[in-house]
Amino acid sequence: MADGTSIPIGVMTPRKSAARKNTLRAFSQRKSTIGFLLCLPLILLIAGFVIYPAFYAIYLSMLNKKMTAFVGFGNFTFLLKRHTFQLVIFQSCLFAVTSVVLKAFIGFILAHLMHNIPGTRQRIWRGLLLVPWVIPLALSTLTWWWMFDPSYSAFNYILNELGFANVPWLGVGWIARFCTITVNVWYGTPFFMIMYLAALKSVPEQLYEAASIDGASATQKLFFVTLPMMRNIISITILFSLIVTFADFDIVRILTAGGPQDMTHVFATYAFQVGIQSGDIPLGAAVSLFMFPILAFAAFFVLRGVTQRTKEIAT
Amino acid sequence: MAEVSIRKIVKEYEGGVQAVKGIDLDIADHEFVVLVGPSGCGKSTTLRMIAGLEEITSGEILIDGDVVNDVPPRDRDIAMVFQNYALYPHMSVFDNMAFGLKLRKFPKDEIKRRVDEAARILDIVPLLERKPRALSGGQRQRVAMGRAIVRNPKVFLFDEPLSNLDAKLRVQMRTEIKKVHQTVRTTTVYVTHDQIEAMTLADRVVVMNGGVIEQVGTPNDLYHHPATRFVAGFIGSPAMNFLPCRVQDGANGGLAVRVTDTIVVPIPPARADRYGAFKGRDMVLGLRPEHLFEYHEQGKPNWTRIDLPVDVVEPMGMETMVHFFVEGAPVCARVDPATHAAPGETMPLTADLNQMHLMEPDTGRVV
Repeated sequence: MADGTSIPIGVMTPRKSAARKNTLRAFSQRKSTIGFLLCLPLILLIAGFVIYPAFYAIYLSMLNKKMTAFVGFGNFTFLLKRHTFQLVIFQSCLFAVTSVVLKAFIGFILAHLMHNIPGTRQRIWRGLLLVPWVIPLALSTLTWWWMFDPSYSAFNYILNELGFANVPWLGVGWIARFCTITVNVWYGTPFFMIMYLAALKSVPEQLYEAASIDGASATQKLFFVTLPMMRNIISITILFSLIVTFADFDIVRILTAGGPQDMTHVFATYAFQVGIQSGDIPLGAAVSLFMFPILAFAAFFVLRGVTQRTKEIAT
Repeated sequence: MAEVSIRKIVKEYEGGVQAVKGIDLDIADHEFVVLVGPSGCGKSTTLRMIAGLEEITSGEILIDGDVVNDVPPRDRDIAMVFQNYALYPHMSVFDNMAFGLKLRKFPKDEIKRRVDEAARILDIVPLLERKPRALSGGQRQRVAMGRAIVRNPKVFLFDEPLSNLDAKLRVQMRTEIKKVHQTVRTTTVYVTHDQIEAMTLADRVVVMNGGVIEQVGTPNDLYHHPATRFVAGFIGSPAMNFLPCRVQDGANGGLAVRVTDTIVVPIPPARADRYGAFKGRDMVLGLRPEHLFEYHEQGKPNWTRIDLPVDVVEPMGMETMVHFFVEGAPVCARVDPATHAAPGETMPLTADLNQMHLMEPDTGRVV
């Protein structure tokens, strides 16, 4: 010991334990460790309520109707061959894309109108226009269902008063599709409006002033200043709405229940009909899983564009 | 290039607040005019009215002889550089500079030629492909200037363009702006609250206060012959010292200024005629810090010695600022850095009264 080369065995244990304690303390003090521990509850929640059900749905979709045998991609190939399911894919895309485009367009116009209303009056209009978005969708859809009623509806009453014949709003394929899209647009437009309004308010006024001096007209300011400055918000809002609209269940279920002749079914309502009402849970799971690649594809491109633009224009 | 004339313009906001109260100003072709004044004096509002970004309540603005009150900004043929640069963040430097020309449907070759030329003048050729995000504050300011230059407009308007830059870069960019004006010779209206910027850049300075013009003149004019106490105090750094005083009879039939019982200084004979009418009246004596000196026996004859206790000493290298109090009024002297002044000690001072100013205390008018 005196020469510093030999260490008594009895002294080594406490030193080792002290070293381990120090390592543990250092580990717990690392920012990344603390960050991970703080996120852990959320990770567990997501794992329990998102990841597990997702994988369980994948597992289910590969079983036979009685859920006794593994059939691989059998359910998927079966679905793709069915005319009804092809119609569901077409209708889901038509419903989601048309609704989102209309919501984005109307929301953009409303946001602009709102942006130009001064002070207090803007708050009143903003509140009024947000009403469709805050009423529970199932309730408001029931109201729409009443208004679309073939015999006693408000719409048909107005048409009759104007000398036109009754319209079977929910009884004819294309008209029913139009009705489901209308209700979705009515419900979802305020969301676009409020997002775009926030984006419009964040565009620095000086950019418009600079554009005015550079010689831009109102339309040119819209295309060269407003739209480029809002592109990220527009993209994110569209992506978010696309996901929600693709997964929409309430409107179609309450208005038409997929009819007439399955001409308004979307993925969610068809999955419900096949999986729950017809008792073929694996097939229902397979239907619902078809949404995933479509949305993943859209999300990938939209988010890539957003990241790229954020890097470019962030100051 | 053009003349700009402002005729009795008024800007009144909702609620009756008047930002600009009927000012008149004529800016000659090629001239560099700086509007200077404290915050809220109406200088930026005036500039924005010239630009067409702010509506005029009454009065007229003429560019090149044409009344432009109802002409939108895009048809006024002006270019403006903003305080926050206002560059389009989604466009490259080239596109930012070319935007105005593209909107006016210039041929591509001409756009490229003009942008390249402006980029060369401003030394930003290597930055043309970058986005504004990738530029420093000084580079962004140059791009903003480039955007103005390429248009070859009748008038350049600058709205506090150097306010967002650090002190060193501000000095550098000040020189750049002056150089650009010497090259392109476009009529320029420049707004700033920094009197040094105004003095160094302007052919003529317009000092504004409370929505009115206090004085218009060359930088030297304003410095040596301020018309009001406000201008005297605003122009010059450190600011002019103001001391309440009384004009009274002096020795040998002359006049003297009595600041306190112990500080009575003779008025130079050359000024006696000018100040004679104010004998016996309470006035305000204005003396710039650079016209107060440390007293030396071998100094100029007949300069009165005043002994004052030193409050604070600020050595600045090439000069030293020494602060005193005279009957509660702060006084600053800009003295030789070799001074031995120390706080608490008494320092002998003298003043060059040939440079003095006398003002009426109630109107602030310099007599």
